[in-house]
Amino acid sequence: MEALSILAQVAEPADFGPIGAGIGYGLAAIGPGIGIGYIVGKSVEAMARQPESAGMVRTTMFLGVAFTEAIALIGFVVAMLVQ
Amino acid sequence: MSDAMTEPTATPDDAAGDPTDSPSSDSSTTDISPTSLPVQGEPVEYMISLDIAKRGLLIAPIIVAVCALIWGSEGAAGAAVGIGLVIANFLLSAALVSGAARISLGLMMGAVLFGYALRLGLIFLVIVLVRDEPWISLPALGATIIATHLGLLMWELRYVAINLAHPGLAPKQAKS
Repeated sequence: MEALSILAQVAEPADFGPIGAGIGYGLAAIGPGIGIGYIVGKSVEAMARQPESAGMVRTTMFLGVAFTEAIALIGFVVAMLVQ
Repeated sequence: MSDAMTEPTATPDDAAGDPTDSPSSDSSTTDISPTSLPVQGEPVEYMISLDIAKRGLLIAPIIVAVCALIWGSEGAAGAAVGIGLVIANFLLSAALVSGAARISLGLMMGAVLFGYALRLGLIFLVIVLVRDEPWISLPALGATIIATHLGLLMWELRYVAINLAHPGLAPKQAKS
């Protein structure tokens, strides 16, 4: 027990900041990835069923993807600043 | 932004032939999958991105000035890099999607998903390269990326929403 306490005093505290930031950013990118896949999948389905509405669907899809991507950017920036 | 975003576009039947219209259609025309045909119409993504880029360059001096007031010259440099990243992100995304849509619908889906990973990787790379530089402020860079991305999208959404709700009534520049 005494040896453990000596070891604990001698050992330098580990820097888990970069690891935590990497894990946090990875988790933050999962949700937008699923969301973008869902948006694009449904848009492709809509364009295949109704090609005449492709312009409207593409517009909505592009904006939806950009908004969803903002979540990943927020996670990235927060991870970068917290680190 | 033009009305092309809401106007009906030509169908793939124009290229592949409608099997229900002609009684002499053979099985080769009916086997064509809609996802293997190019998406008809104008590249609306590119038009949206150009609009966003123009507005981003319009408000860039204001954002840089605000960041310079808060964080100093490092803040101004961070804001400039952030705005550049956001605009490049939109333009690259639009180029990938529009280019893939000219080839096929299925490729467009792959381009959007691959583009998501590619663009996040590029942003990560740029930030890793500049983060230890003494002339840049990371909080300014991060705040600018988030605020500019969301702000420009909301600004563009205002025009797109009007266009989608009332096709043909989108705000247009007055002719001189």
